[in-house]
Amino acid sequence: MKADLTVNRRSYSVNAPEDMPLLWVLRDILGLSGTKYGCGMAQCGACTVHVDGKPIRSCVLPWARVGGREVTTIEGVDATPAGKKVQRAWLDLEVVQCGYCQSGQIMSASALLARRPSPSDADIDAAMAGNICRCGTYVRIRAAIKRAASAAPRP
Amino acid sequence: MNRPSRRGFLATGAAVAGALLVGVEPARGAGARATFAPNAFIRIDPANRVTLIIPQEEMGQGVYTALSQLLADELDASLAQVAVEAAPPNDALYGGPKSHMQSTGGSTSIRNFYTGLRQAGANARAMLVQAAASQWKVDPAACRTADGEVLHDASGRRLTYGTLAARANAIKLAGNAPLKDAKALRLIGRPVKRLDAPDKVTGRAEYGIDVMAGRIRVATLAQSPTVGGKVRHVDPAPALALPGVRQVVVLDDVVAVVGDHMWAAQKGLAALAIDWAPGANGAIGSAEIWGQLRRESARKGVIANSVGDADSALGQGSRIDAVYEMPLLAHATMEPLNVVVHCSPGKCELWTGTQVQTRAQKAAAAAAGLQPEQVVLNNHMLGGGFGRRLDTDMITVAVRIAKQVKGPVKIVWSREEDMRHDVYRPAYRNVMAGSVRDGRIQGWTHRIAAASVSLRMSGKPLVGGLDKGSVDGATELVYDIPNQRVEYVHVEPRAVNVGYWRGVGPNNCVFAIESLVDELAHAAGKDPVAFRLAMMGKSPRAAGVLRLAAAKAGWGSPLGHRVGRGVCVQNVFGSYVAAVCEVEVDDHGDVRVRRYVAAVDCGLVVNPDTVVAQIQGGLIFGLTAALHGDITVRNGRVQQGNFNDYRMLRIHEAPAIDVHLVRSDAPPGGIGEPGVSASTPSLVNAIAAATGIRLRRLPIDRDILAGRKRA
Repeated sequence: MKADLTVNRRSYSVNAPEDMPLLWVLRDILGLSGTKYGCGMAQCGACTVHVDGKPIRSCVLPWARVGGREVTTIEGVDATPAGKKVQRAWLDLEVVQCGYCQSGQIMSASALLARRPSPSDADIDAAMAGNICRCGTYVRIRAAIKRAASAAPRP
Repeated sequence: MNRPSRRGFLATGAAVAGALLVGVEPARGAGARATFAPNAFIRIDPANRVTLIIPQEEMGQGVYTALSQLLADELDASLAQVAVEAAPPNDALYGGPKSHMQSTGGSTSIRNFYTGLRQAGANARAMLVQAAASQWKVDPAACRTADGEVLHDASGRRLTYGTLAARANAIKLAGNAPLKDAKALRLIGRPVKRLDAPDKVTGRAEYGIDVMAGRIRVATLAQSPTVGGKVRHVDPAPALALPGVRQVVVLDDVVAVVGDHMWAAQKGLAALAIDWAPGANGAIGSAEIWGQLRRESARKGVIANSVGDADSALGQGSRIDAVYEMPLLAHATMEPLNVVVHCSPGKCELWTGTQVQTRAQKAAAAAAGLQPEQVVLNNHMLGGGFGRRLDTDMITVAVRIAKQVKGPVKIVWSREEDMRHDVYRPAYRNVMAGSVRDGRIQGWTHRIAAASVSLRMSGKPLVGGLDKGSVDGATELVYDIPNQRVEYVHVEPRAVNVGYWRGVGPNNCVFAIESLVDELAHAAGKDPVAFRLAMMGKSPRAAGVLRLAAAKAGWGSPLGHRVGRGVCVQNVFGSYVAAVCEVEVDDHGDVRVRRYVAAVDCGLVVNPDTVVAQIQGGLIFGLTAALHGDITVRNGRVQQGNFNDYRMLRIHEAPAIDVHLVRSDAPPGGIGEPGVSASTPSLVNAIAAATGIRLRRLPIDRDILAGRKRA
């Protein structure tokens, strides 16, 4: 199937099987390798991207179903106010260890903050429980989301 | 930070070999060596680029940053002006001082390189100072250094290191330059920001799996689901009929499908009906594995440590006999195994992340039928190591596949393939007894039965039948126990291969020891902290962390119904850690850890924030296994395959963690693993305090805690 795909505000002409997950289109066709493969079944969240601002697991979303919606990946999330603040907070609090899951963590966290500028612990649990971190950076992820929230302008 | 590019690796390789230096700086002419490379760890070029070559692998533990701190501090370069490069495979230059092998594991990086890298930085700095002094015709003692420059304050002159590079090459030091006084250190001991973090929050960090993304073919594989099994038959046609599938590679125990992208490769592999001959392991399951371990643990083992007369001492006072068991575990690194390989006549080039650069190079050479010098290994940061990438099985399989493929190919394990073909943390069984008289442990026996990882990794028989790694943490207790005996029983692994797993031997030993000590304390009617402290007269550092952790955790303050605190203390990997776990257990047997409080004395600290991060992460890693980790086998096949049935701790289950560091001038200890071994005993001890139920087997059994089943 041939169609246009908008990723990080840029339009790509893609020719790929209809059922191919967005993850593999991003990585293996467009060469955008910041979005990670972890499980292939929406269990770990490493592949999280935004589609029209909503966090989705790109490993189970056939790219053909994206249609004209806008995809944002870790490579482009700094163009969003929430994404920029989350990345800043991640650096300030030294969240990352191996870093492999952190693209997905940052995408989930920035989608949360865009939707809910002052999330409670329960909000953080609900939004982030789909993202596994094997290095165990959860304590810092929670703290960094709160820090980013305190820096976020109110809507 | 500079990403270690292929070009960077070649240049580094040339630089350390020495002779080819001029070749990588062709513009400089043949005579002078313009690039200053005083040792295997530092390179300064005329443009004042300072490159630090890091022998150890970055896998999240912060080693790029910490080792850079050691070099840059003594060199007097600012971290902002240095680039970090991964060292190429070279045991002679980059091997550890004891192993003489390049390896990142066993919490050894700081222990192995603390002094050596400081010395490398100090010597380079001294050469640069002498070069400047000779150029200015002044006393070197009148010069000082700062931020990559030599300065002569009396005359106001200054030169960058880059300007001095060519002249510094000619300097011969009479001996090692003195190291900085502790007060003069600017980077060591400070919470310097991680050098790898900016690339990791923007998606720019390049792991092995990201190499040449979108530009090369991708393969995925099915290895024999049983160890020792073979492909009986497979018809490649259904895969080849699919769009994007380019090739089916059939080896005797592996089938791989090469496609334009991972999706084509996966669809192709799924389309194949592979008929496997299961081999000798095809009938083995968990019942057989545990039956064998339990049977063999009944026999006497090889003596690992013996003090006094343990058997007589066990006959006096009140005695507890207990058996503790730990399951097989998978590593489950977030980045599934992957290797990019390009085989061509007389050459094999790899791009991957490995904890053992030279072993990986040798494994690739053996699989390719080449000499190690014909293998170029481009090492990348790891999306998690935890010991999995201390092994080279993935390199061997990848090269075997790639030999059949024209051009570079990226071989990616699916999560299921990764999990089902791991080298698993061995299952352990600890047969123990302890006796208490007058409030102290008098007799102690500990028999550890397990498969030996070192036997498989080294291929050499165990010296005297003893696997030292399996008894690590059991032979040198923090307690003064007058009569003790520690034994090891080697049990051949069945159906699965075993490997090193973050925390290795101490994970098991500390769990068993600190569980039994707790049981003995409770049986003697003693407070678990006071009971331990009374036996720690010869371990002041252990007593120090235990007191600190207890105080910070509010040890002894009241808690609610089915809430408890548990404690443990250990001296492993050269560091002392005490942990207090606070847990609540509901009537359904669900366990919620509220908080860990850890106190750490790891000697001299290079980066305190990294130490805290490693303890936080280590505790979570251990807690994950204690709550959820259990690899089981049926018909020779590992049953778990993904995160739905091999669960990881998630953020809503993650406790608060407080880490307190003890200031210490002792030699640096390891920090990547001690958090893991401290997590589990403090947890089961807390569960016992909360419920009165003692769990002697992991993972924790909710049925027992809910009263649905007996312990």
